[in-house]
Formats: sequence, C-alpha cells, structure tokens
Amino acid sequence: MAKEPASFESLFRSREIVIACGPGGVGKTTTAAAMAATAAATMGAKVLVVTVDPAKRLADALGISGIGNTVMDVPSKVFKNAGVTPQGSLSAAMLDTKESWDALINAHAPDEETKEKILGNPLYQNITSRFIQSHDYIAMERLYELHSSGKWDLIVVDTPPTRNALDFLDAPERMADFFSSKLLRWLVAPSRSSVVSLATRPFTQIADRILGTQFLQDISEFFLSLESMYGGFIERARAVQRLLAEERTSFVVVSSSEMVPLREAEFFVDELSKRNLDIGGVILNKVLPDSLSDPSVHATAQRFADEREALVSALVSQVGCEEDVARRVLATVSSSYDDFSVVAERERQSRERFSRSDAPVMNVPYFDHDLNDMAGLLGLGHYLFPHLKK
Amino acid sequence: MAATPLLDRSLLFVTGKGGVGKTTVTAGLARLLADQGKRVLACEIDAKGDLAAAFEAHGVGFNPVDVGGLSLMHMDTEASLREYLRIHLKIPMVGRIGPVARAFDFVATAAPGVREILTVGKLCYEVRERHYDAIVVDSSATGHIVGQLTAPQAIQSLVKVGLMRSQTEWMLDIMSDPSQTGLIIVTTPEEMPVSETLSLASEVADKTTVDLAAVIANRVLPERFAPRDEEVFDAITKKESLRLVDEIVHAPTEEVFAAARLATTLRRRGSAHLVTLREGLSPSVPVILLPYLFARSEGLRMTVQIADHLGEELL
Repeated sequence: MAKEPASFESLFRSREIVIACGPGGVGKTTTAAAMAATAAATMGAKVLVVTVDPAKRLADALGISGIGNTVMDVPSKVFKNAGVTPQGSLSAAMLDTKESWDALINAHAPDEETKEKILGNPLYQNITSRFIQSHDYIAMERLYELHSSGKWDLIVVDTPPTRNALDFLDAPERMADFFSSKLLRWLVAPSRSSVVSLATRPFTQIADRILGTQFLQDISEFFLSLESMYGGFIERARAVQRLLAEERTSFVVVSSSEMVPLREAEFFVDELSKRNLDIGGVILNKVLPDSLSDPSVHATAQRFADEREALVSALVSQVGCEEDVARRVLATVSSSYDDFSVVAERERQSRERFSRSDAPVMNVPYFDHDLNDMAGLLGLGHYLFPHLKK
Repeated sequence: MAATPLLDRSLLFVTGKGGVGKTTVTAGLARLLADQGKRVLACEIDAKGDLAAAFEAHGVGFNPVDVGGLSLMHMDTEASLREYLRIHLKIPMVGRIGPVARAFDFVATAAPGVREILTVGKLCYEVRERHYDAIVVDSSATGHIVGQLTAPQAIQSLVKVGLMRSQTEWMLDIMSDPSQTGLIIVTTPEEMPVSETLSLASEVADKTTVDLAAVIANRVLPERFAPRDEEVFDAITKKESLRLVDEIVHAPTEEVFAAARLATTLRRRGSAHLVTLREGLSPSVPVILLPYLFARSEGLRMTVQIADHLGEELL
C-alpha cells in the first residue's frame, strides 16, 4: 500500500522533469501518458509528454500518430470527449531516433559541406539506425533541448526500452567519454598524416588484418567530419547529466509485481539511489485485488469448496440448471480463486520489499480493458493522484 | 517443401518484447531438446544471468558449464574476440588483449555490426564445428534483434576486405538456411507485445534472411467456462442466488466469484489479441500457445513445466 499517496501529487506540482523508467512490458508508456494527461487536466500546468513507442491506439488517443519528432498539442476536445475540462494544457511528442539525429546534425553542423558529408556517410546511416546506445543518447539530448526551450512547466519522459536498465542514464556520460577519448584521436590520426602513431600500431596491425584498412579509414573520415561538433556533444552531454541530478528532475520507477520486472525495478531503485538521483516513487501496475491474498477470504473460499454439494442442490432449483453444470461452474470458481490467489500472494510479498524502501509505492489494479483513450488514461491517473477531484 | 520442424534445427534465436517470458521459454526449449537426447548449448546474449537463474545455475560465463545435461554460456564479446584472434590469427592474446580489446571495443561502439558479428560469429562457429546438435539463444529483445540477425550483412556493406569480411559468407549460409536456423518470437496475449510481434515479423521478412520458425504465445490463460457454463455463472452471481450461496457458506462470497470474473475477463481480452496475432502472421508460421503457470516461483521448476508444455505442442 502507498505510504504517502499525496507525494505523487506534490511531485508533479514541484518538478520540471519526471522520468518514467523501469523494465519493459509493464505499461511504462501508458503510465507516463496517464501521469502527464492527469497533471495537465487537473493542475493548470503546461505539460509535455515525450513518448518512445506508444501503442497505435494510444498514439491515436493523444493525436500523435505518425507525427515523428514534432511536438503536437493535444486538442482540448480530446479532454472534453472524456468529460473533462483541462485546467492546463497537454502536448505530446514522439521520439524518432533517426529524425532526432538528423535534426541534431542539421542544427549543429558548422557548415553545409560538413552537414552533407555526415548525413551521407554510410557509417552515419548505420549508427543512427543500428547503434544501440545512440537511441539512449538521443533521448537525453532531445530532453535537454525540449527542456531548455522553456515552453513547458512539466515534461514527463517515457524512457526507451533498454538492454540494461542504466543505459539511458549512462548514455550522456558515455558519449562525452567517447568524444573526448584518446582512442578516438588515435583512430582519427591516420587520415591526417601518413605517420601512424606508435601507440596505435599493434592495434591497427591486427585491426587491419581483420577489418581491412578501408574500413578503418571510413571510420576515421566519419569522425573527422564530426570533429567540429565534439565540443557541443560533450557540453550538452554534461548539461543533461547535471539536469538529471538536479532537484527539479525526479525518477518514477514503473513496474508490475511479477518476479522478473520487480527484480529489475529493485535494481533500478538501488542504482538511482547510488547515483543520488531523486526517486519520486514507484508505480506498480496490474496489481491483483487484495481480496485474493486476504486470509478471511481464503477461509470463505475454502468453505465455498467444502459446501459444493449443498450449493449445487440449492442452485439447481434457484437458477434452473443441470446438476453437473452447476457443479462444474462452482468447481471452476474455486479453482480460479486458488490459481489467482497463489499469484496474488506471491506478488504481495514481493511488493512488501518495496514498501520498506523510502520511495512511495503506488499500486494500480488490473483494468478490465486496455487503456488507450483519454478517459482510460485519466482513470489511471486518478489512482496515482487520489486526492485530486475528478 | 515442408518447413524443418523447430526441434530439428541447429540454431534457434529466441526474441520477444521485455517482460513476455523470453528467457523462460528459451530455457524450456533448451531443456526439452536436451530431454530428447540432443547435445544442447543455451546461450544468453545479454548476460544478465536470467537464463542461468532459470536453471538455478551458478558460475556461468563464456565457457559453458553443464547444467543437468545441457551446456549453458553467457555471451561476452571480448572473450569472443580473444577466441577469434586465437583461432584465426594464432595470436596468443595473453598480455596484449587489454589495450587491443579496448581499442576494439571502441571500434565496435563506433561501428555497428562489429560487436554483433562477434556474437553471431561465435554461435555460427559452434554450429559449423558441430559441437552441439542444437543451440538455443536467448537473444536481444525485439528492438535490437534485427541488428543482430543482420550483422553479417552490415559487415559486408561496411567492410570491403579483411578476414572478417571473408568469414561473413559461411555465417550467412548458416543463418539463411531454414533447415538449420530459425527465429522464435515470444509474445503474450496483450496489445503491445502482439503488435510488436507483428511488426517484427514483417521486419524480419523484409530485412533479414533468417526464417521465422514460430511464434510462441506465452501466459495464455485457460478457458474457464464453456458458453452454457458462463450463462449459469452469470445467473449464480445475480443478487438472489448470491444471497443463497452466502447463506450456505456463512460468509460473503462475492470476492471468491470475483476471481473467476477476473479470470474470464483477462482470458477474453487475451483471446482477442491472439486472434489479431494469428491473423497478422503468415499462415505458414506456427503459433504455439503456452499456458499461464500459476506457479509459486520461477526457476528450474517453471523451466521444466514450460519444457513439458512445449513438448506437448511440438513432439
């Protein structure tokens, strides 16, 4: 159970950036959208939600289908259709890695020639579409850009699915390391002068046999053309890093109470605390009803099973059905209860570990439909901000 | 020509959106193959230890360890590079590997495909050398799998000469042969996993040469009620009947019924997504259903249960 339900609300009133992170497949994107929509509807704030890969119907609901990288205002009609007059406003943007990289190069390349050279390089094409970490880096770069535009009171960010929970956190630092590394200078050196540095010789010799000189030259050329932009990359990477560490940024860990996601979420909470980053709270989705792990309901379920024959005879006349059907239905009800209570009990115990940590934990139940319209998002939001009036 | 059955292939990549049980299914599949008397290697690409946990194994690394009759390894691109250099260049990389590996790591970071080729190359090498009858790979999640499966092509387009380039040929031969290699996408009957599975399936067909061998829908809830039974269930949960039940049980039973209601709702929602899945896939791709296991914990016991269920579907 939540320790301080109100603190989610105060979090959303006080922070400029809230980052939803956590394992995949737990409803992170939907949760981020719900938090942003609810904050926009009830708090009189200008809110932006940056999402990575929303389900089509969610994107449709927010009016951001196929818009790529552009920021779109969610029309107030969308709220009205959900029966709400928004106090503030909601904008939404999707993160497209390729487009973001192109925009970045376009904005920061020193001249046309360099720009063309970079955009046309086969390595660049590969890096932007395949380079796994480029996704994480560009997400942070984009966040920085949106935040420094000053247009929004609150930006809610849905983080890209990562191979490793920390990839996106480390991405700016890694990018800065990458561009300031000695190795990069060594790598770039051969195309500058015919004198290959002594230090790179063992490496280039081996690499040459495996990969061929041409490839190494392609790499060098690519990084040479990027060189004028290194400074900017490093600078912005550091700025993002600072922004994440400041008090105006908070992290919300989203998970379900299943074993694997919960283990990952725990790891995430640990890592965030190790880095002194602010953990605004933990949201656990798809929580089974409390009654499934309630001892008194267990007892009732037990008696319900024991009294099956008495129930069968009573129900046959009451409902007017065959005996064996009634027996089968009652047996199914019992087995459903037993099945789900095993899971609910296990999940409740896992959740208790979280309640012992400092971060407020908010449980959100299973919804009986997929959440993909504004009304659904606001419904989820009201679980997170229980004190807000609808 | 009929497709080679899943269990007869020698290299199976298993992928899926995070949280769908990709690792558990990989483990179950490896277990099943080993139970059939095959020499099996199970490999976890991300090396987070989840696959080892599914076998309750310890001390797993790049060098395989034996867990109950199958071999288990974690992919490690640096170790793979070291092995590669030792085998192909006859360079004993004892003292040297530090700086070279770091430099290589750097190139791999800058040039995509290099890291992936060390992964895929190692696996294809094991297939070519026939060290195992079957290799089951707990691969990258849906977002990264195409990059992994197309590593040989990426290297071919970027690297024009050199040893690595020349070796991509036989790797491609193995990867493109549906009688040897197959991809399995694991999903759950939920909206996002199904939609990601469908877009991945078409991306795999468009961009890779790897055969989509099967889609496994995991955590499928059992059908609780036949249509006639559901009518009776609805009638029983009406107020008057429920009062009668409460009297006999001497307690409010509404919450006991709620579990069955939940089970039915979730099942129905899942069924709709399963229909979308089946209709969105080419009819030649088998869809295998695995039941939701109401288990007390994960680990070896769940792995064995999954292996048994897979056996029922595949044998």
